[in-house]
Amino acid sequence: MIWALIALPTLCGLSAFFIRSDVWRRTLLVGTASVHFALVVCAWFLALPLTSAAGWLALDAASLLVLSISSGLFLAASLYAIGYLKDFQRAPIRDYLEGFEFSNRPERIFIGCLLLFLAAMTGVAVSIHLGLLWVAVEATTLASAPLIYYHRHHRSLEAAWKYLLICSVGIALALLGNFFMSVAVSAGADREINLLTSELIKHARQLSPAWLKASFLLMLVGYGTKMGLAPMHTWLPDAHSESPSLVSALLSGALLNCAFLAIARMHGILDAAGMGDFSRQMLLLFGLISMVWAAMLMISQTDYKRLLAYSSVEHMGVMAVGMGVGATSSVMLHAVNHSLAKASLFLVAGNILAAFRSKSIQDVEGIFRFLPLSGILWIAGFLAITGIPPFGLFISELLILKAALAAGRWLAAVGYLVALGIAFAAIAWGFMQMAFGQKAQSRLQAPVEESFRSVAVPLVLIGGVLVLGVWIPDPLWRFFIAAAEALTGGGF
Amino acid sequence: MRSMCDIFIIILILLNFRLLGSSRIEACIKAVVWQALALGALAFFTTLYPGVWTMATVGLTIVVKAGLLPALLRRAMRESEASRELEPLVGYTTSILIGACLLALSFLATRSLRVPLDHDLPMLVPATLFTILTGLFLIIARKKAITQVVGFITMENGIYLFGVAFAVREPWMVQTGVLLDVFAAVFVMGIMIYRIQREFDHIDTDRLSDLKD
Repeated sequence: MIWALIALPTLCGLSAFFIRSDVWRRTLLVGTASVHFALVVCAWFLALPLTSAAGWLALDAASLLVLSISSGLFLAASLYAIGYLKDFQRAPIRDYLEGFEFSNRPERIFIGCLLLFLAAMTGVAVSIHLGLLWVAVEATTLASAPLIYYHRHHRSLEAAWKYLLICSVGIALALLGNFFMSVAVSAGADREINLLTSELIKHARQLSPAWLKASFLLMLVGYGTKMGLAPMHTWLPDAHSESPSLVSALLSGALLNCAFLAIARMHGILDAAGMGDFSRQMLLLFGLISMVWAAMLMISQTDYKRLLAYSSVEHMGVMAVGMGVGATSSVMLHAVNHSLAKASLFLVAGNILAAFRSKSIQDVEGIFRFLPLSGILWIAGFLAITGIPPFGLFISELLILKAALAAGRWLAAVGYLVALGIAFAAIAWGFMQMAFGQKAQSRLQAPVEESFRSVAVPLVLIGGVLVLGVWIPDPLWRFFIAAAEALTGGGF
Repeated sequence: MRSMCDIFIIILILLNFRLLGSSRIEACIKAVVWQALALGALAFFTTLYPGVWTMATVGLTIVVKAGLLPALLRRAMRESEASRELEPLVGYTTSILIGACLLALSFLATRSLRVPLDHDLPMLVPATLFTILTGLFLIIARKKAITQVVGFITMENGIYLFGVAFAVREPWMVQTGVLLDVFAAVFVMGIMIYRIQREFDHIDTDRLSDLKD
C-alpha cells in the first residue's frame, strides 16, 4: 500500500518525460492524481498505523492527514492544470511586466516534475525514519525547483535559483541535525536505537539532552526554512509569486505542511524526552516572529500573489504558535483549513492573472465586473483566509487562541491577535480594491468568459473550508486528535 | 594511525583556506576534489563500524564527491565561461582572516561539547565545523553562482565527515539517498547556472535582484 503510493507517481512521472502526445500526458497526470487520491481515501478505512519496509515507512494518523491534504490538492491542481496548459500552449508569450517575449518549458518536463513532486511529498508523509525523512524533503526541493522555472524568463529563474540554494542550505543544516540526533543516541543510550521516530520516542529519556536540544534547533532552522518560518522565509514570496498559479497552490498548500510534519515529529521526540517546554518555547518564538514579520510586510505589498505568499508565512506562524501552546489537534485542523483556502485563492489568482495579465493590485480593479464568478470566489477566499466566520479558519484560530490563554501565554496571545489584525487589514485593503475598485480605464473592456474548470476547482476547495467551519463531523475530530497523538508516539 | 588522521585533518583545514583565498574557480574545484579524497581517507580510518558495507558506501561517496560532482562543476564552468571570481563581496585577504576567526571559533565552540568517542581525535569536530562554516561563508561572500555551489558542496562535505565520524550506523539506504540527493542538487544547480548564463550573460547572483519587497 505504502509502496504503491510512492511508486505510482514516481513511475508515471518518469514515463511522462518520454510521452510525446500532449493528450496522453495530460491524461496520465489526471489519471495518476485520481488513483493516488483513491488509494489515500482507501487508507482512511484501514486500521492505522500501517507499516512497511521493516517499519521505516509508516502511515500513522499524522502522515495520513498530510498525505490527504497533499493528494487532494494535487488532484485539484491537476484538474486545473489541464485548462491551464491548454491556454498557455501558445508560444511565445508576451511578458506583462517588461514586455519581452518568453516561452514556457516543455510540458513533459512540467508534468514529469509535478508527478515526481507528488511522489516526494508522499515520501515525506510516510517516512518515519529521520534519515529517510531528510532524503524525501530534499527530494521535494529538487522536484519542485524546475516547476518554479516553468515560464522561461529571468524573474522565474531568479526565484528558482533562490529557492534551490536557500532550501538546500537550510536542509543541509537539518542533515547535521540528524547526525546530532545519532550522537544523542550513542552518547546517552546503552543500546543501539534506530533513528525511527517511534523508537526514539520510546527511548527518549535515554537520549543525551544537550545533543538532543542542538539537534532540534538545527532541524527547526533547517526544516523551518522549507516551511517558511521567518526569518528563513526569504525564498517563499519570490517562488510563490513567480511560479505558475497551480504550482503556487501546491507549494503553499501541500509542501509547507510536509516540512511542518518533519518539525512536528521532532517536537514529539523532545516532548517524550521531557524537554517539551524547550521545543514549545522555540516553536512559539519562531511562530510569533513569522506572524508579525509577515503581517508587517503584507501592508506594503503591491503584488497580490506576493500578498498571498506572505499570508502563507503568517499561517505557518499560526501553526507554529499552535504547537507552541500545545494545541496540536487544532493545528491539524488549521493545516487542513489553510491548505484548502490558500490553494483555492492561488487558483483564483491564476484566473485573474490570466485575464488581467498583471500581478499588481493597482492594475486589477473590478474583478466583479469582468470575472463575476472568480470575483465571488476571491471574496469568499478573502473571508476564509482572514478567519471570518463561518469559515473553518475562524474556528481553528480561535481554538489556538483559547489554548494560548489557557496556557497562560498572555503576551503571546496579544502578539497573535495583533498580527492577525494587521494581516486582516492588509489583505482587506488589497482585496477590496481588486474586487470593487472602479477605475475609469481598466485593462479589460468586456466580461471575460470563465471556463467551468477554472471556477469549479477553487469552488470545491473553498466549499471544504466552509463546511469545516460550520460542522466538523465527530469522526473527523477524533482523527485530528489521533493525528496529534501520533506525533507524540501514541500511534505505535 | 592517529598521526595519519591528524595529517588528513590538517590537509582538510588547509584546503578550506585554499578555497577561501583563491579567485580561480578551477583551483576551487581542485580543492574540492582533494577535500573529498581527504574525507574519504578520514572516513576510512575513523569509522566505528568497519565492514564491507561501510567500505562500499565510503567508496561510492568518494566516487561521487571527487569524480562526478567536480565533473558537473567543470561542465558548468565551461558553459558559463566563468573562470574567475572577479569581484567577490568579501575580498580574498579578508576572507582568509575571517577563515582564521572561524577556525578559532570552531575550536572554542566544540570545546564544551562532549562527543562520545572511541577514537580520540580532538581536532576532528572542530575541523568538521570549520568546513561547514567555510562552505556557508563561501555561499554568502561570493557572487558567482558556481562558487556558491562550491560552497554548498564544501558544507555538505563537512556535514558528511561529521556523519561518518560520529553518527554511528546510518543505514546504507539513507546514505545512498543522501548522496543521490546531493548529486541531484548539484546537477540541477548546474543546469540553472547554464540557464542564468544564457539569460543574463553572466552568473553573478548579486544581480539577480529583481524580486524584492
